[in-house]
Amino acid sequence: MTEVLQVRHGSSAGQPITRRDGPLKVTGAARYAADNHPPGMLHAVVATSAIARGRVTSLNEAAADAHPGVVAVMTPANRPALAMDPDDKSVPFSFRMDLLQDGRVRYAGQPVAVVIAETLEAAAEGAALLAPCYEAEPVEVSLDQGEAFVPPVVGVGAPAELRHGDVEKGLAEAAQRIETTYETPAQFHNAMEPHGVVAAWVGDTLSLDMPTQGFALTQMRLAALFGIPAESIHIRSPFLGGGFGSKLLTSPQVLGILAARLVGRPVKLVLRRGQMYGPVTHRAPTRQVLRLGASVDGELTALHHHVRTATSRFDDFIEPAAGVSHTLYAAPAVRTTYEAVRLDTGTPGFMRAPGEASGSIALESAMDEMAQACGMDPLEFRLRNYAEVEPVSGKPFSSKALRECYAQGAAQFGWAGRPLLPRQMRDEGGMLVGWGVGTATFPALMFQGAARAVIRQDGSGLVEAGAHDMGQGAWTAFAQIAADSLGLDVERLEFCSGRSDLPDAGIAGGSAHTATAGGAIRDAGQKVVARLAELATTDARSPLFGASNVGVVARGGHLLRRDDESRGERFADILARAGLAEIEAQGSSVPDAAIAERYAAHAHGAVFAEVKVDPELGQVRVTRLVGAFAAGRIINPRLVRSQYYGGMIWGVSFALHEHALLDRRTGRVMNADLAEYRVPVNADVPSVEAILVEEEDPYVNALGIKGVGEIGITGTAGAVANAVWHATGVRVRRFPISIEDLIEGSATV
Amino acid sequence: MSMSVTFTINRAARTVELDDPRVTLLDLLRERLDLAGTKKGCDRGQCGACTILLNGRRVNACLALAISHDGAEILTIEGLAEGDALHPVQAAFIEHDALQCGFCTPGQIMSAVGLIGEGEAGLDPERVREGMSGNLCRCGAYRGITEAVVAATQAMGAAGQEDAA
Amino acid sequence: MNRFDYVRPRTIAEALSAAAQPGSAYLAAGTNLIDLMKIGVARPARLVDLNHLPGLDAIEGLPDGGLRLGAQVRNATLARDAGFARRFPAVAEALLAGASAQLRNAATVGGNILQRTRCAYFQDPDSACNRREPGSGCDARDGENRLHAVLGWSDACIATHPSDFCVPLVALDAVVEIEGSDGAREVPLRNFHLLPGTTPERESVLAPGELVVALRLPPGADRFAAHARYVKLRERTSYAFALVSAAAGLHVEEGRIVEARLALGGVAARPWRAEAAEIALAGAIPDAAAFRRAAELALAEARPSGENGFKIELARRIAVRALSLAASGTPTRLPALPASPFASSAGGLHD
Repeated sequence: MTEVLQVRHGSSAGQPITRRDGPLKVTGAARYAADNHPPGMLHAVVATSAIARGRVTSLNEAAADAHPGVVAVMTPANRPALAMDPDDKSVPFSFRMDLLQDGRVRYAGQPVAVVIAETLEAAAEGAALLAPCYEAEPVEVSLDQGEAFVPPVVGVGAPAELRHGDVEKGLAEAAQRIETTYETPAQFHNAMEPHGVVAAWVGDTLSLDMPTQGFALTQMRLAALFGIPAESIHIRSPFLGGGFGSKLLTSPQVLGILAARLVGRPVKLVLRRGQMYGPVTHRAPTRQVLRLGASVDGELTALHHHVRTATSRFDDFIEPAAGVSHTLYAAPAVRTTYEAVRLDTGTPGFMRAPGEASGSIALESAMDEMAQACGMDPLEFRLRNYAEVEPVSGKPFSSKALRECYAQGAAQFGWAGRPLLPRQMRDEGGMLVGWGVGTATFPALMFQGAARAVIRQDGSGLVEAGAHDMGQGAWTAFAQIAADSLGLDVERLEFCSGRSDLPDAGIAGGSAHTATAGGAIRDAGQKVVARLAELATTDARSPLFGASNVGVVARGGHLLRRDDESRGERFADILARAGLAEIEAQGSSVPDAAIAERYAAHAHGAVFAEVKVDPELGQVRVTRLVGAFAAGRIINPRLVRSQYYGGMIWGVSFALHEHALLDRRTGRVMNADLAEYRVPVNADVPSVEAILVEEEDPYVNALGIKGVGEIGITGTAGAVANAVWHATGVRVRRFPISIEDLIEGSATV
Repeated sequence: MSMSVTFTINRAARTVELDDPRVTLLDLLRERLDLAGTKKGCDRGQCGACTILLNGRRVNACLALAISHDGAEILTIEGLAEGDALHPVQAAFIEHDALQCGFCTPGQIMSAVGLIGEGEAGLDPERVREGMSGNLCRCGAYRGITEAVVAATQAMGAAGQEDAA
Repeated sequence: MNRFDYVRPRTIAEALSAAAQPGSAYLAAGTNLIDLMKIGVARPARLVDLNHLPGLDAIEGLPDGGLRLGAQVRNATLARDAGFARRFPAVAEALLAGASAQLRNAATVGGNILQRTRCAYFQDPDSACNRREPGSGCDARDGENRLHAVLGWSDACIATHPSDFCVPLVALDAVVEIEGSDGAREVPLRNFHLLPGTTPERESVLAPGELVVALRLPPGADRFAAHARYVKLRERTSYAFALVSAAAGLHVEEGRIVEARLALGGVAARPWRAEAAEIALAGAIPDAAAFRRAAELALAEARPSGENGFKIELARRIAVRALSLAASGTPTRLPALPASPFASSAGGLHD
């Protein structure tokens, strides 16, 4: 085959172009799932359980039925049959669902019925009128409750225990030892767009408008549940109003599909905000014990990271919070262990940086405490323990520009001169000022994906990939990758995505979507160009005839001889001469197992935070955040910065804001709304900066990119917590840090 | 009970037969008038995604009963651009990447238009942040939002004497 | 939301007559009522819409020097009224520290006074709540009660009143004008909200069907304008209810406090006027010691109602802060972050 080289010069990737979907989004023309309204559509509203354990003994269906406009009430008694038990987990990546299989209640907020009506108002009131009666059993919703067990695996199949070296020996030999316990609460994703679906059955074909982070997995599960072929399920998800890990397939969405089947009309079902605190997963609470030893020189001798967390009574997801300790600091002995309890809550799941976020705030706090014990500057202490190879595996990193992150971040922030002791800085108004640092890390992952690329008769391009945009800027970044791979200006490229009937471009998760879908797009584009080149270089009428051995370059809709760029021709001319309407190719991306065997691949970063704390009132404001991140090649710096900002704001939120309050008697989330589950507002983030540290990674994947969607939380949460300590001298180990933690003398009441 | 209610929506007169007094302005726009650009994030006045201009002032459409606003003038995100020409706030949102998932964006933009009209924030980023704090953005696009509002204010020449000085 | 009759009266008399029917509720902006109806906490059989009544939305200076605020005046309109903000800066600051700009554009003076508690158990129809359902019990007592009352609570109810606006108003001796089928009456705002006692369902002195038509600031209430502040502690920088708050007004002459006003928010089922503190401050030199003494007096009767003991000291401190800021003088322009502790640090006024 003809050798084709891609060029970076003049290419799209790396350019900070604005979002291609920007005009749709700023004019209200971007259509999200719940914006659809097919003819004949009914509205469905879920009724949810007020108890967390027990059973529903009765529902006042008569009252709901009698409400004008109510068309049907779906309960376990009349719910259409399913081809698969909702508790069957044989479909990969699936969790047990609550699809009205019986009257059993296993968490507060579980769907117990669905009311379908001509109007949203009637459906909502119908659901309220059901007023369920229950037989309630005692609940356990706290990490202190329940019998702890050692989970067989954590996260997605990782071992629950890992030992490298002898931690006890390392601790025994240490000059400094600390043992500290950190607690993180249950957190809820709270994407701005509630989970919903607009479902329509045409015979056994299912048409869905539904936000999803994974078309193929969703199709697979629905196909199994309904006993229909996956190809009969058509999902449109052109825009997700945020996902953060909560928008794979959820029980309420399947209930909407069931409701449509029950009534034989299209149905829209959208969760109310308060219903997003149960059936759509959450970040599990953790209690983490960190045991660190360090030599007199401040070199770690041992690191033991123990995690106690919780899963639901009926399913398993173990927040892999100790994973960060495997890779971040060069301790000769590392041990990570887990225990878990079963609680009467919905099953936890993937929430932006699952494991890494919770683990990072604990590890970064502990590192700060050890730096303090050693009398060292926390940045210097981290550099002293810089991991040149991945500590637990001994593998080299595929690339690691963390040192540059520390240096550039510290310079931009002005870290030099930071007083070692806490409570040394005040602003002109008397506010306590503190500075903290945290190291950010996230694994560079990649899944399998496919894409299709086409050059059309007029020389324009089309690339299709069943990918997902939940705000990362996928439509833009993928178009840039596609344009480069086809040698086209991005304006000449049509990029189609967000539909399940396009090639499966993999899930949007694990910060791996750009590597996965982007890799497939690049492959497809390169194959198309190769076919074009084949046509041209073997055709005596082409100026490129005979160029096969020296190769050709695709650029700006032309193929050019690599050794003489004055000789070339337009794509359209090649197609015209060959009498072809288009040339197309399928591309794919597959993670390279050999590379993964040889290298540890992670993105890294350093985050510096300044906080101000009112010395009497304890209110905290993060007045400055500077993050410097190295994540391989950057496709679009404008959009990548936004990803970092967003992640960093989640870090602030983790340290200072988010906390689900579960009533220990009922298991209900008592702050299941956006007034009391307080995510940051604009005024909470006066200054956030992200530095894109250059990093070339020849190994990680074909595009050399590592993923940027989740890393921003890690490092930041710890940096904020450490800055609060530096401002106040108070080390808070239970997150989020609250006002009462910081007001001295409040116990004197 | 059915009641005839009249609005001016995006500069066009609309008469709506309301068969149910429970319908909020938000649900009227989204479910009955096919103006789904205005978003429902919480339906409780806690997120700002449903912000519209009601008689020129930014409000949460989710907490306003349609029937109570008979005669009102409503501007939604769909009515902001003049033809293909984006409103300066819309253009600034794209330029400053003041959006990610885009779901809160219509509310942010309508809120920003309201804020600029109120004329109290001017070019002071801190006042803009406070003034935009009724619009949650879970993606965390706040920096871009603040920059976009300041830039649009400047572009519209609406900074006011005090702040222009 | 339940089905209801919608009535649109054209006069106050029509409104009173429409609301005489049991189960009626007045609809102002609805920013609180519609929310409560959506979550099933309020289920009125009839809504009497005040939004088309003439004459309730005026801000009027009175011949005696007082100021009358119609019940339908929107929070933002009042806060942005330059004359009002000049005379009553702490009230304007409190208004601007409440909710969001969108909500302030809709919410009314009358509705603000009558807003319901944010207690999570009150807002959850599946929980026991004596305020919502008399005799059902109080799940907050042994529940998530970190934010609950430390003053004036009872075993029946530990909820707080969430208003910011009412806090400086109660400090300034505002008066509530009420009309009912038996005629008009007036009640000082400080007596308007009822402490829970054994009847927490009775939240105010309003009889069923009575209508708040206006609030009045008495003549001379603006004598604190040069030294008036509102400070509010929130768990995010903006758009959150008060953990605790305080409004302070001082009339200072020749380095001494002639007269002081102090009220606290977020601590009780009503905006809490701290008279003992005011008395102690009268005649004192405005210094830290005097303010701390006043704060101790203001919270003398406080006791935790749950996991909220920290709020007592916090309330003392916010009282001290409000008094100190008031003593140093009302800023010429409202700060960028109204009522925030960060409003007073360097750069808080910005521009």
